[in-house]
Amino acid sequence: MSIYSSLASIQEEVHKCMKCGNCQAVCPIYKETRKEIGVARGKISLIEMVLNGELDVTERYADRMSLCTTCMACNEICPCGVRFDKIILAARADAVRKKGLHPIKKVIFRTLKRQRLFDFGLKVGSKFQGVAFKRIEGKHYGARLRFNLGLSKDKVFPKLAAKPFRSQYPSVIKVDNPKMRVAFFTGCMINYFYPDIGKAVVDVLTENGVEIVVPADQGCCGIPASVNGDVESAKSLAVRNLKAFEEAGVDAIVVACSSCGGAWKHSYGQLLADDPQYKELAEKWEKKTYDINEFLIHVVPFKKEGLGRIERKVTYHDTCHLNRGQGIKKEPREILKSIPGVELIEMKQPDRCCGMAGSFSIVHPDLSDKISDRKIADVASTSTQTVVTACPACRLQLQSGVINAGLDHNVVHVVQLLADSYAAGKQAKKEAAK
Amino acid sequence: MFNQEVLNELIKALGKENVISEKEDLLTYSFDATAAMPRQMPNVVVTPNNTEQVVAVVKIANRYKVPIYPRGSGTNLSGGTIPLEQGIVLSLLNMNKILEIDDENLTAWVEPGVIIQDLNDAVAKYGLIYPPDPGTVTTATMGGSVSECSGGLRGLKYGVTKHYVMGMELVLTNGDVIKWGGKTVKNVTGYDLTALYTGAEGTLGIITKILVKLIPAPEARKSFLAVFDDLNKAGTCISSIIKNKVIPATLEIMDNVTIRTVENFTKAGLPVDAEAVVLIEVDGYKEGVMREAEIVERICRECGAVEVKAAESDEERDNIWFARRNALPALAQLKPTTVLEDATVPRSKIPEMLRAIRQIAEKYNLTIGTFGHAGDGNLHPTIVTDYRDKEEMERVEKAVDEIFEAAISLGGTLSGEHGVGMAKAKYLPLEFGEAGVRVLRRIKEALDPDYLLNPGKIVLRGE
Repeated sequence: MSIYSSLASIQEEVHKCMKCGNCQAVCPIYKETRKEIGVARGKISLIEMVLNGELDVTERYADRMSLCTTCMACNEICPCGVRFDKIILAARADAVRKKGLHPIKKVIFRTLKRQRLFDFGLKVGSKFQGVAFKRIEGKHYGARLRFNLGLSKDKVFPKLAAKPFRSQYPSVIKVDNPKMRVAFFTGCMINYFYPDIGKAVVDVLTENGVEIVVPADQGCCGIPASVNGDVESAKSLAVRNLKAFEEAGVDAIVVACSSCGGAWKHSYGQLLADDPQYKELAEKWEKKTYDINEFLIHVVPFKKEGLGRIERKVTYHDTCHLNRGQGIKKEPREILKSIPGVELIEMKQPDRCCGMAGSFSIVHPDLSDKISDRKIADVASTSTQTVVTACPACRLQLQSGVINAGLDHNVVHVVQLLADSYAAGKQAKKEAAK
Repeated sequence: MFNQEVLNELIKALGKENVISEKEDLLTYSFDATAAMPRQMPNVVVTPNNTEQVVAVVKIANRYKVPIYPRGSGTNLSGGTIPLEQGIVLSLLNMNKILEIDDENLTAWVEPGVIIQDLNDAVAKYGLIYPPDPGTVTTATMGGSVSECSGGLRGLKYGVTKHYVMGMELVLTNGDVIKWGGKTVKNVTGYDLTALYTGAEGTLGIITKILVKLIPAPEARKSFLAVFDDLNKAGTCISSIIKNKVIPATLEIMDNVTIRTVENFTKAGLPVDAEAVVLIEVDGYKEGVMREAEIVERICRECGAVEVKAAESDEERDNIWFARRNALPALAQLKPTTVLEDATVPRSKIPEMLRAIRQIAEKYNLTIGTFGHAGDGNLHPTIVTDYRDKEEMERVEKAVDEIFEAAISLGGTLSGEHGVGMAKAKYLPLEFGEAGVRVLRRIKEALDPDYLLNPGKIVLRGE
């Protein structure tokens, strides 16, 4: 019985909650709305009533269950050790089973499932994005929506890549005398929006003697579907990815997106818990999946020689699904601190959610913006030039936030700074040789 | 009576965005942090933004005779915010501005929805603190903690909420707004309404502004952990420290059940065979702290502590308090339901009270971990249980009755800092006597004749 197949699976988790309200202190949504429904204990009380048969699953109930960024801050502060992330995912899956999926989400997740159609759509989209989006004057980066589609009109979206990452690289990127052979799970954000992160992953791994396979058959990680309760789409994506990576013949999987990492490490096993054929495969790969930060510190320690100077003051935003989701907090900081010239200045509450949370920012654009504003205010008070993070989704939110706040920060993934440092090292060496 | 007209009038007065009326949302206001209480869904929740809007709500409620339940963060442990007779829950969370910090008179005016920690963060820039620090300091509101007269870990030296309230603005049940008090240290004009309203649990009026006293932040501090193999020795140690003219900021005790549970949970290296550990922190000027620290350490040894640990660094200090901070979480994780009481006795009676609680636990075959503020006699017997186990819950209720009886018979009180609310209302005669309860009822009826303000809490209607 997994959280995705039955609400009863979280019965004990729900009963653990003693309603003390400590979650109010850290919940980013509650901070903005100050309403009990916004915070974990409020939603837990409703779920409890559904479990006891005192409350029916209604459209409105399903809507209220969307009020969670799954940032897991409440898990951490809960004196009773309640895993609210499990509870909310189970409640959403249960609501979808009973009330069906929101029609727009249905279309989106169905498309995600059909990788070729999705890929085609986004490639075409990259040609015609100017129709819906308006470039921001003086910026190379992104664009805002021209019309109000119910999404935030202020949100600055990155441009769709003219050529997705996976179309830019061969399926095997070889190195001499490889230390290890890994498969790179790119995820959609890196593939379609941020191929620069993908390129940095390739540069850094090859620099460290790691051979990379980029399985062509990989698709969406399935997290957008599973966090919204669309278990069937999530399952089929999990199976698709497991098959593609099993065939790749590699020692490990590397990811550079914290949501995708969570999918491989935690979700696939639970989604396929009742699947005799794929359960074992999911369990096998969950132990062999590494976030790029984790990989470079613990699996193939990245080489310090060859790192060139980058004079820059940076601040680091902890992505929720890497920090609380995977316990990776020190590693990205260790990488940043080892880059010559980089000075890491911590912001207030670096581990506070940025408010992106995937489709949350689409369903609740105003809330998402308010949560982002707090984060950006903390960024602004650091006197830095760069915000570093470790997830493309957070990067999108932070980049939009700094542009709207009129800040000049650039927003990059840890691995991009590391790649830049190796490049700077090579450049310096070349100049010295002259 | 609540009806559609009331709802329409509330929407007209406050705007749709400040009126919550859908079932799924209302249900989340049917409870607070108190264990084993009945739940009740309100008819409506309103979130006024200013005093005028509070007045508007009160006038509507008065006209239709609908009860109002003022609510902050709903973190109280007395059932104090449960809308027992349905009606209007009035959430003050939108009134969350710090209106003024006066560093010459050492005061601050705040709205009731300000979170205690936010006030502390704001005054820290001036080198000041607002001392009352209930366990819920990061979640509870000023309005809520003034209404409950919260205590906390620093009560022994710094007192409790009532020692820091200097004045208020308040909406009466007829919609009148009154304001009293001020920034003067001395003020004996009229009856002491501050004393009446601090701890009134929202049953006599709705607080809309609070003037509080601030004090300079202590410069230095030092923490100790003393281990005892005998409850009497721990008790003697607690009284001796104070008899020797040292008033620690914090003087805490954890009993054996708590120690074992915390150790099992945290693996912090606590002595699991100890009968009690006493945790002490002295603070003040550096020189004073050094002198007091010497005395504390000497007394702990003289009183027969088998081990005394002094924190030499911030890290060691954190380690000492880590165990205490984990007392409630560790106990709470044993079982789903945590009944947290706050019976309080004179500090000289702490060993007797701890023994009485242990006997009660054995008699009713319950797990009760006791920890708390030994310096001010405020203990937290914590019964861990499962509310789905009907038979055990009956035993829990009997045990609670006996804990209260024990506290009263030792010259103590039903509630040191959690308040009476609905959880302890029935025990009131035990402490006040029938005549005393009648006095409370006359005060209630003088200020709220129709029982519109938080009915069913503290004073119940007469027969």
